[in-house]
Amino acid sequence: MRLLVIITMFLGMVGMAVAQQSMPPAPYAYQQLDDPAQEAEAKALMETLRCLKCQSQSIADSDAPMAGDMRHQVRTRIAAGEDPEAIRAWLVERYGDWVSYAPTVSAVTWPLWAAPVILLLLALFLMRGRFRRAHTDDGKDS
Amino acid sequence: MIAEAGLACLWLAAALSLLQLLAGGFSLAGKGEQLASIIRPVAIVQGILVAIAFVMLIWLFLRTDLSVKLVAMNSHSAKPFLYKFAGTWGNHEGSMLLWVTIMGLSGSCIALLEKRLRSDTMIATLAAQAFVSIGFYAFLLFSSNPFERLPSPAPEGQGLNPLLQDPGLAFHPPTLYIGYVGLSVAFSFAVGALITRNVGPVFARAMRPWVLGAWIFLTLGITAGSYWAYYELGWGGWWFWDPVENASLMPWLAATALLHSVSVLATRGALRTWTIMLAVVAFSMSMVGTFLVRSGILTSVHAFAVDPERGSFILALLAIYIGGALALFAIRAVTIREGTRFSFFSREGALVLNNVLLTAILGIVLIGTLYPLLTEAMGTKVSVGPPYFNPVGAAFALPMLVVMAAGPLLRWRGDSGRKLLNMMALPALVAAVTLLLVVLFGGQIGILPLLGLILATGLAIASIIPLWRRNLLRTPLNIWGMVIAHMGIAVALFGMASESAFNQEVLVASQPGESHEVGPYTLTFNTIEPVAGPNWTALEANITAKVTASGKLDTLNPQSRNFSSPPTQTSEAALLTRWNGQLYVVLGEENVDGRWQLRLWWKPFVTFIWYGGLLIGLGGLLALIGRTVRDIKRRRHDMQDAQNAQAEEAAA
Repeated sequence: MRLLVIITMFLGMVGMAVAQQSMPPAPYAYQQLDDPAQEAEAKALMETLRCLKCQSQSIADSDAPMAGDMRHQVRTRIAAGEDPEAIRAWLVERYGDWVSYAPTVSAVTWPLWAAPVILLLLALFLMRGRFRRAHTDDGKDS
Repeated sequence: MIAEAGLACLWLAAALSLLQLLAGGFSLAGKGEQLASIIRPVAIVQGILVAIAFVMLIWLFLRTDLSVKLVAMNSHSAKPFLYKFAGTWGNHEGSMLLWVTIMGLSGSCIALLEKRLRSDTMIATLAAQAFVSIGFYAFLLFSSNPFERLPSPAPEGQGLNPLLQDPGLAFHPPTLYIGYVGLSVAFSFAVGALITRNVGPVFARAMRPWVLGAWIFLTLGITAGSYWAYYELGWGGWWFWDPVENASLMPWLAATALLHSVSVLATRGALRTWTIMLAVVAFSMSMVGTFLVRSGILTSVHAFAVDPERGSFILALLAIYIGGALALFAIRAVTIREGTRFSFFSREGALVLNNVLLTAILGIVLIGTLYPLLTEAMGTKVSVGPPYFNPVGAAFALPMLVVMAAGPLLRWRGDSGRKLLNMMALPALVAAVTLLLVVLFGGQIGILPLLGLILATGLAIASIIPLWRRNLLRTPLNIWGMVIAHMGIAVALFGMASESAFNQEVLVASQPGESHEVGPYTLTFNTIEPVAGPNWTALEANITAKVTASGKLDTLNPQSRNFSSPPTQTSEAALLTRWNGQLYVVLGEENVDGRWQLRLWWKPFVTFIWYGGLLIGLGGLLALIGRTVRDIKRRRHDMQDAQNAQAEEAAA
């Protein structure tokens, strides 16, 4: 019985591997759009989309088949005249926020965008302290 | 036997570090004056023992002793010598042993070489160092024993991840680890000085070489890692804002700030609290880096093992060390005298401003890196990547570069704004000319790369102004170091901006005989043939690169490699390096119609990124040599004075 399970699993794996190999990559996975402006637009968008199967890589830098499929999607949609942000929204709806490297401002992510402002204020506060002390110091010196 | 001997050495070293901590603690508490004398020898022997343990592990890897679990899991008898050797630290346990080895050896170095510090500060420093070591020894011995045996030897090893089978592995991890550990030494000095209330210029001079050394190694480690990722991953990217990259960038940012503030403390006696704070932050960042990488909380090439037990262990260490240090800081910070004061418009003022901006960038990177972990814990998975880090980081980095250009031109204590404006005229002019040239000839480029190019050229000029009207032969080495390191920042920035702005990409499905144009080159795909290496087979393309204008020829051989153990496919890019850029060629897969996917890039001035990194490291090295030589001279001078005084007394 156990052997049977192992054999079926093995056959299943072989079957999957064969299926993966026999599927050609989508045409626009490794092919650029003819219009350089559209290609640049597609490339800029691809660089901000996460390859879901990889380790911290965008779909623009990945050999994973899934990244190839997503590149194909992005290029065909850009060629069809879709807005890059609309494509991003479509992908986010499909795969969740995880797919987009550009965090949107939402209930979950607002602290991320508030952080630089807070840091800036903190920095100004620290500097102001220094500045004033320096002034009084100058007064003493002269 | 080798494994058992290694393990024994490791246990002994751990026991000695405990002895070092206890002896230090008791002698500081005034309960055993004689204990103080054993601390230095104990620290030295501890370092030697852990180094022996590490050599034992290397030996096991070189012999491919498959009865040892770690070797069987990560090595293979058919692996080339270099990767058997470097593979010792290409895994979790080995890399942690490398970490404690470097730490132990640094402890020995402090014990042997450091003679300036007051003896109680010295004892406290070595005790703090032992305290940090004990945590890592415990981590190794209780949850990551590298010398564990298998019940029965494995028939063959499982091999090393092919992405790691690169000369980069021999160089990149040890350099980064030396950097991290160097920061732990700086931290020990800071704790020692806090405990004994001895924060002042002498302490800063003792700490400075360690900070400088750590910073040099971090710089080189990050530079090497970036270039490794660039040529190995096959898509021409050189920085991904990957959490693991950020884990090395954050200690570097903190070390950069610390390096500058410790100089102010050593030269001017100012910024005392701030320097101690930065030392704590820098060490915390290297601990956070270790936690991120080693706990397996991130899935990445760097996170060799996913094991929640180890994660909790490191998190506990992190809490103890950082929490303890911050508590000590909170208690003792009030006792530190503020030190010499200065006007805002001075060298110190510029350094403070730069320090604040560097720390703000550090804050951005830290928040951006940890935020996804936080939201994931709350149930939402988000990604934070280049669209966040690039603009937000630049908002702080660009002003910092301006301050960096102006700072070295200001005098200590106070200076006039008029003079500064005059000196900044030339850099401003060069920046304006760059702007004009890019607008005229550069085509349409993004705002960040444009600002990067402008600031890079302006900064390059500003960074050499400190040499103006100086006798170049008599200029102290540390001034040269500063000039070269700042120049390195400008060079690296120029490379980054140029690559982002002018990168040309061509993706084609090609067959032998066809030609394609990219940048100034015409590439002809000639043949494709199978080749074999020691533990891989590959398909290798032969491509001729012709400079379209002059007709000069070169040959490129990109490969698509198949490794057998573990079975993995990698692409080996072929690079053609010229002074003005790099041609980057990758062979992809074969399409159904028999055409081959080729990826071709022309990346103008991309190499400047890493040349810049090397310059920064070289600048650090010159400064380190200059400072050390000066210290030795000063010490000899003092000794001679003392001898003369004695001689005079004797004569009288």
